[in-house]
Amino acid sequence: MDNTDKKRILISPVTRIEGHAKITIQLNDNGKVENALFHVNEFRGFEKFCEGRMYTEMPIITPRICGICPISHSIASVKACEMIQGIQPTYTGNLLRRLIHLGQNISSHALSFFHLSAPDFLLGYDSDPAVRNILGLAASHKEIAVGGIRLRKFGQEISERITGKKIHISGIAPGGMAYPLTEENRLALLAWIPEALHTVQMGIEIIKKFQEENEEMIASFATSPTLYLGMVGKHGEHEIYDGNLRFIDADGTILQDQLNPAKYLDFIAERSVEWSYLKYPYYKPLGFEKGIYRVGPLARLNVASAMKTPKAQAEFEAFKKINNGKPVHGTFYYHYARLIETLSSVEEAEIILNDSEITSNKIQTHGRWNNSEGIGCSEAPRGTLFHHYITDETGKLTKVNLLIATGQNNPSMNRSITDVAKQYINGNNIQEGMLNRVESAIRCYDPCLSCSTHAMGQMPLVIEFINSEGALINTIERL
Amino acid sequence: MPKKKIATVWLGGCSGCHMSLLDIDERILDVAQLADIVKCPIVDGKELPEVDITLVEGSVTSDEHLREILHIRAQSKTVIAMGDCAVTSNITGMRNYFNLKEVFDTAYVNAISNDTEGKVPNHIALLKLHEKVVPLQEVITVDFVIPGCPPNADTIFYVLYEFLNDRIPNLSEAKKLKYG
Ligand code: SF4
Repeated sequence: MDNTDKKRILISPVTRIEGHAKITIQLNDNGKVENALFHVNEFRGFEKFCEGRMYTEMPIITPRICGICPISHSIASVKACEMIQGIQPTYTGNLLRRLIHLGQNISSHALSFFHLSAPDFLLGYDSDPAVRNILGLAASHKEIAVGGIRLRKFGQEISERITGKKIHISGIAPGGMAYPLTEENRLALLAWIPEALHTVQMGIEIIKKFQEENEEMIASFATSPTLYLGMVGKHGEHEIYDGNLRFIDADGTILQDQLNPAKYLDFIAERSVEWSYLKYPYYKPLGFEKGIYRVGPLARLNVASAMKTPKAQAEFEAFKKINNGKPVHGTFYYHYARLIETLSSVEEAEIILNDSEITSNKIQTHGRWNNSEGIGCSEAPRGTLFHHYITDETGKLTKVNLLIATGQNNPSMNRSITDVAKQYINGNNIQEGMLNRVESAIRCYDPCLSCSTHAMGQMPLVIEFINSEGALINTIERL
Repeated sequence: MPKKKIATVWLGGCSGCHMSLLDIDERILDVAQLADIVKCPIVDGKELPEVDITLVEGSVTSDEHLREILHIRAQSKTVIAMGDCAVTSNITGMRNYFNLKEVFDTAYVNAISNDTEGKVPNHIALLKLHEKVVPLQEVITVDFVIPGCPPNADTIFYVLYEFLNDRIPNLSEAKKLKYG
């Protein structure tokens, strides 16, 4: 196995820290790109180590899967618990959860756009990497950088003002919420709304301008059509907290509508692959090859018939025009979709904060173990999330299955990378700009880093080239 | 006082500690006045130069993490374990109650949603998970710890700010520790 060791040395120089995204390009006999493998290097084993614990612990344990979308894990988890108990949350409990979930969506999307992507758009992809970040942005575009930091803060503050904590909160419990919202905190949150709206609109202007100026690049950038999955409300409207699911095909035809998430095993399967710790889910009726689907902001806007709030609806109409009412496949449009969702989240937060029941103390009902099985589903910032628990009659977990948002984008991330590789590589001849393209293809998906890979900021990338005999012929890396 | 250099690194954790670090909000600009953030998941991914302070999130779970943390120790004057995963191994260490093969098979072979054609991940490009997850001090000397899952943003800011001003933080006096 010295061959293996040699490879190992090549791809893991000791100076390189944090190389969690790796790519292998396989070439065929003619030196053409055969395939690309996207390696995700993270595995923590939640499905196993939760076995034997009480199901009621899950809304506290599972948020620790991810510090960026912990609330979505709590929500999916608590819904699974409620199915086990056979209860529904109270009106106010549900509303508070919805509000906290919107807050997370705002902060996660703000992070993705203002901290991680806006520096590329405003300072340029080719600007000095040492300043191409939120601090560099603060030096040259102070209003935008500080606005982004504060928009993220607003989202986080919703959790804090209800539960006393911003990350890995407690209080999201079966039957509703353990903590109410005080009138003082309601007013304090409401006071944020005008500023938050202003910042999102600033973001929307930035992305629209960038789209206009880079039309050609965007039109040819990782545009492979896929199916889409997202949650919708009763009338097909955009929904991220509670609803049923809709699958559409690449032309926008609805394949399945108002699917009960508890039946997810009927329409989603996944496959483990040798080259990644992240599995490859697919739409079951079409099989592994044809069933590639995407989730997240782009998917949710593609499946939705309308938005729930007026300002977001106006943007949504502009979004729908991009491909004349058909699904928008250009991976780059994830950014725009993400901002439209942020806008709708801020608007919806305002509506909830003005609900006369939001400060009520009727926040939780109580139940006990009734059913052995529970399935919960929520949209996370990066896509649809499923928690599935099976318990024994004492409530101890015997089986846990988690289907995580970024996992579902994994097959298409791999495909986007293959697309880019085919476009930019011929034998040993690698065209300049390839690494940037690969990176921005992955970045569009905003992969949830702990759910999948550690890939914020400039991604440390290692790309290996393997010939048809499996021998390593070239390695390029950016540290 | 010359500007100090800070790095933040993420090993086996959930990113929650880094998110809490970001929750210092606008104060990040104060930190940037006193120090250059030379490496951080949200700044960039280049190699780690010699630095004054490295904040480390997460436990050591694999061959790569071990290599990384040894390198971090060699490059950093002060290593701070940020959050419970780094300090005690916390949630990341919960898999230690099972053998690794069981943990693997549960996710990659026996998951209810898996089809029957999958293969257990095993590729040269993947990091090799260690049988047991360990916190930082099992493999390196740690200079300071900030407990919490994640530690509160004010606590992280306080510790960082004290170190940047060449003072040793005092967590008990500052009443900065919160449960959770
Ligand atoms: S200590 Fe908690 S917040 Fe920090 S990485 Fe570990 S699980 Fe995440």
